[in-house]
Amino acid sequence: MSILPLTLRDVSVRRRGKRLIGPVDLRLDGAGLTMILGPNGSGKTTLLRVMHGVERLSSGAVVWSVPDVQARHRQAYVFQTPIMLRRSVADNLAYPLKLAGTLRSEVTERTAIWAERIGLADRMSLPAPRLSGGEKQKLALARALIRAPDVLFLDEPCANLDGASTGEIEALLHTALAQGTRIVMTTHNLGQAKRLGNEVIFMLRGQIHEQGLAERTFDAPQTPELAAFFRGDIIP
Amino acid sequence: MNDIYDGLHAAFWLVVTLDAQLIEISLRSLQVSLTALVIASAIALPLGTFLAIRRFRLRRLTISLLNALMGLPPVVVGLIVYILLSRSGPFGVLGLLFTPTAMIIAQVIIITPLIASITHQAMRELWAEYHDLLISLNTSGGQRVRTLIWDGRRTLLTAALAGFGRAIGEVGAIMIVGGNIDNATRVLTTAIALETGKGDFALALALGFVLIALAIGVNIAIHWLSRTESEGRW
Repeated sequence: MSILPLTLRDVSVRRRGKRLIGPVDLRLDGAGLTMILGPNGSGKTTLLRVMHGVERLSSGAVVWSVPDVQARHRQAYVFQTPIMLRRSVADNLAYPLKLAGTLRSEVTERTAIWAERIGLADRMSLPAPRLSGGEKQKLALARALIRAPDVLFLDEPCANLDGASTGEIEALLHTALAQGTRIVMTTHNLGQAKRLGNEVIFMLRGQIHEQGLAERTFDAPQTPELAAFFRGDIIP
Repeated sequence: MNDIYDGLHAAFWLVVTLDAQLIEISLRSLQVSLTALVIASAIALPLGTFLAIRRFRLRRLTISLLNALMGLPPVVVGLIVYILLSRSGPFGVLGLLFTPTAMIIAQVIIITPLIASITHQAMRELWAEYHDLLISLNTSGGQRVRTLIWDGRRTLLTAALAGFGRAIGEVGAIMIVGGNIDNATRVLTTAIALETGKGDFALALALGFVLIALAIGVNIAIHWLSRTESEGRW
């Protein structure tokens, strides 16, 4: 049984008297990849963190179809700047499996498979903080996917990466989608949003300004703000 | 200058001839200080890490107290432990006064705040680095502490070595609770104090050189065993 649907009811987040997002109502269901778009400071990352349950709500509720404890173990998050444990590549990959109490033989097997997939099989014993930016992000993505989460949240995973690394990350995302993982991702890269997205959520000033199927939204945005965003205009 | 030369000379011969008394005193110094270090580390490493990752009431006060306790005067610690372990004290029935155990207790009290405070500083930085990932992975409090201690082990080694340095060189507290009894509680520092008092500066210096060599040797051995400076490590 999937942990979806995810429902956000009248969610808002305030910090030091300033509203970061809200009120937000959202239902996430089905399969595919949802792209969260919006200008800087529109609340994309906060919305993603709220969905993942790592941001304290000021009001409202985030509800999964299963109890929160179960839901937390069946989702993963990849940060914009990959956080590497001060351990080897292999130990970074193995970490979520060890937390879950996976058998040692299975940990070894799955770690080897994922290291091969991300092209780091020959550098398993290398300290992860010494990898390049693209390699770190691939490792962070593999570490997130190694427990086969139902839902994967990605916060601009390809920011600051070159084309080759971006292509490799996108290939991993395609594989995850094919295996049934539901993905929610923020990006500034409209090309990437068009390539990967099935659904688009456009955030503006802390609220969901427009939401719809990717193809239709890119072809015919319903609001002038989203049309301006697609044109590359500055949105006040 | 002659005293230093005589001291070096005497130290050389004491070591070369494997002087039985020197070996016994040195081994007792190591036994007391290393035991105190292990016990203090077992308390201070999780405590310092816990203080770095948990927010609770009086946390700042606890950290301030811990930092203040780093400067705890060893003589006062010795006096308090003496009173607690003396026959009329609450733990007098245990008969621990003037034993190496009493010396270990005093050293644990002296070095625990030092190790915990350095641990707290180091773990605070590591926690800032790992915070989002460990929260996202839904780790338990115990898993977070274990992860931070393991990944910060090389920094924590420095904290432990600082504790060892303070323990092995300590004299005031262990003199009071150990009594500097020959063949029982005499260690290098108390032996140095005794020989200086007797005016035998050469022997005192010799013991001093041995103490320094021991402290450096233990530091190098621990660094080598943990490969802190190896290629490919942190």
